[in-house]
Amino acid sequence: MTTRESSLSRYGSSTRAAPVPIFYPARPPVDQVGVEERAASLAKRSLKKASKVAALRLAVRMMDLTTLEGKDTPGKVRALSRKAAAPLATDATLGFCAAICVYPNLVPVAKRALAGTTVKVASVATAFPSGQSPLDVKLADVRRAVELGADEIDMVIDRGAMLAGEYTRVFEEIAATKEACAGAHLKVILETGELGAYDVVRRASEIAIAAGADFIKTSTGKISPAATPAVTLVMLEAIRDTYVATGRRIGMKPAGGVRTAKQAIHYLVLVKETLGDAWLTPELFRFGASALLNDVLMQLEKERTGVYQAAEDFSKD
Amino acid sequence: MGGEITKRKRSQDLAAPGGTSPASPERGRNLETNGVLEYAPAPEAIDHVRIAPRQDLFIAGTWREPRAGKYTAAISPSTEEQLAEIAEADERDVDDAVRAAQRAHEKYWSKSRPAERAKYLFRVARAIQEKARELAIVESMNGGKPIKESRDVDVPLAAAHFFYHAGWADKLDLAFAGRAWRPLGVAGQIIPWNFPLLMAAWKVAPALACGNTVVLKPAETTPLTALLLARIVEEAELPPGVVNVVTGAGATGAAVAAHPGVRKVAFTGSTEVGKRLQHAVAGTKKRLTLELGGKAANIVFADAPVDQAIEGIVNGIYFNQGHVCCAGSRLLVEESAHDLVVRKLKDRMALLRVGDPLDKNTDVGAIHSLPQLRKIEELVASGEKEGADRFSVSCALPRAGYWFPPTLFTGVAQSTRIAREEIFGPVLSVLTFRTPEEAVEKANGTMYGLSAGVWTDKGAKLFWMAQRLKAGVVWGNTYNKFDPAAAFGGYKESGFGREGGRQGLSAYVELS
Repeated sequence: MTTRESSLSRYGSSTRAAPVPIFYPARPPVDQVGVEERAASLAKRSLKKASKVAALRLAVRMMDLTTLEGKDTPGKVRALSRKAAAPLATDATLGFCAAICVYPNLVPVAKRALAGTTVKVASVATAFPSGQSPLDVKLADVRRAVELGADEIDMVIDRGAMLAGEYTRVFEEIAATKEACAGAHLKVILETGELGAYDVVRRASEIAIAAGADFIKTSTGKISPAATPAVTLVMLEAIRDTYVATGRRIGMKPAGGVRTAKQAIHYLVLVKETLGDAWLTPELFRFGASALLNDVLMQLEKERTGVYQAAEDFSKD
Repeated sequence: MGGEITKRKRSQDLAAPGGTSPASPERGRNLETNGVLEYAPAPEAIDHVRIAPRQDLFIAGTWREPRAGKYTAAISPSTEEQLAEIAEADERDVDDAVRAAQRAHEKYWSKSRPAERAKYLFRVARAIQEKARELAIVESMNGGKPIKESRDVDVPLAAAHFFYHAGWADKLDLAFAGRAWRPLGVAGQIIPWNFPLLMAAWKVAPALACGNTVVLKPAETTPLTALLLARIVEEAELPPGVVNVVTGAGATGAAVAAHPGVRKVAFTGSTEVGKRLQHAVAGTKKRLTLELGGKAANIVFADAPVDQAIEGIVNGIYFNQGHVCCAGSRLLVEESAHDLVVRKLKDRMALLRVGDPLDKNTDVGAIHSLPQLRKIEELVASGEKEGADRFSVSCALPRAGYWFPPTLFTGVAQSTRIAREEIFGPVLSVLTFRTPEEAVEKANGTMYGLSAGVWTDKGAKLFWMAQRLKAGVVWGNTYNKFDPAAAFGGYKESGFGREGGRQGLSAYVELS
């Protein structure tokens, strides 16, 4: 049985037989008060000096530098690509961002701008951000983005189906998208701000993981609230339970609302204390952000020089 | 307070604390530590905190040497260095203190308008907030508890108790449903070493709000924050003698309880001492409240929000090194969820950072004293001898000071010592149950009855359990939550009387 088939039966697809072992006796309920308290408590870890610098340099390499606007142009995307490939002109040792994340039409521009670098190009697809289009349209969207050169696909789940309890449909759309990716890395956006409860986030995480997600991602950035520490923790716990049960390592991407270096460090602590250091790599953890990079760079420069520089000392791209 | 602070050796004495234990095959897939992101030491700066090398008694609004001139050392349990010399009050000093409290009661405090008493209590509450940092640091130095706990729990809650009771001070007519009330007089209050400032606040604030004056006897090992509270009382210009602090050991406490001028004895501490106090006040007109030991059951059902339950279990037993009378020291877990819960718990325990209490990243601090460490070691040895399986976190412990790694026992029988006796350390005993009835029976099968925790996603089951648990406090899907408005106290050998809330006020008034 393939992963898809074995997992499908768990979600009650009538076309599949034989129940399969599941990795958890029952999906654990999530207590809102408890999970928010735990997430908040990890904001109190103190990272100073060397450990702060290490964390922030890591954050730079984990960043999916993002622009997803109707007014995106080739010029804007070229500037952003340049920034992703060399975030700080004065410090080449800093490395580069993990990826830039754009709409499908801008994938070729980003691809050309990043030729010769290892920065990946991620494209949103599947009728981003709402996902409210027929499946064949969404899959065509994915295939075209891959043909245009996208290394990674950030898809959205059908939240309407999720909230209507049509879990099999949610599952099958993700699994079909995975197939359409044809080897491109798949990140599944749950849009947690629309799911309403942590229990639903947990269930959606499990569905996405079972259907073949390489990463699960909180948000499109178009809905508030976007990423929060607590919702990220719920998703990290689903990833942890998957790893313990199956050995599969799923990645995590909080996106939207992460704007400051301090917030970024909080997320890294959440990852470290939920999944361990093995997840502290761009292979398994990303930030989806546009404003975060400059704040991280400003903090790094402050640690290096001892003084804060003006905001305009860092390029706005 | 003059004098130089005792210089502490800190991080250089620590073999790097924290870090996960290496993978062990029987635990399957483990979370890894590869050093890609380490927390650097983050010690709280202590330069601005000055602890006078010699600490006197606070009687009738003045600082006085003890009549016998005797002092004992208060040490830091995390370094074993002396922090200060503490006056040891004898019967004559206690007599002075009680007389000062009687005079203050008759002359000022019982005659002052209730709103006036509220004013002073508000002042004390605000001063605790203003001095929060100093209080937290001294609490962690003297008691060994992590700074994140003294900073985020002990000190804010102490202030909250003064604010709460300040609010009651001029509204007591509403507290007792139409009955007339009057203060009792002098309250003799004896408090333990595990929450030195917080227990002082629990005792002093309601007593003063109800118009009583107090003689407070802090634990001989941890008097420093109670003495800082006396300093705050002095700076808040409370009339002399309204609050008196006499330091010393058991004999001093016995003298306070035995003094004929004391009208009310309030004690928090061990069941053994509580029983002695009950003997001592029997046959007198003194009122007595006792808040004693516990062996609380933290009950986890298979339908519980398991990841949050793990946090609650950890908070229940490793908070303040398990030096908590209401610690969830018995984990009762539904048998079908046992393996899952224990595995997750061990993974979580491996993340606990044990070490310097003043480091902001420390989760578990130092054991309070050498005798307490020996007691924990003795009970843990008995658990091993009685056949339970021991798991201790494999973390580096500092060389100086008193330390014990977070520990749990599985395969614990209900009849063994580690399931029955209060260990008062970071040691958890895991037992299983099959049905809610059996959970209740096992939870109640103890001589104590202070607290309990229930973890389930089913509201009806939660209330069904809470009604049947013989415990003064039952937490639902959380643990160790305190609020001045919620009454706290025990059943059976955990004591009697309530502290906090409207119920707590009645211990300090005579109703007619």
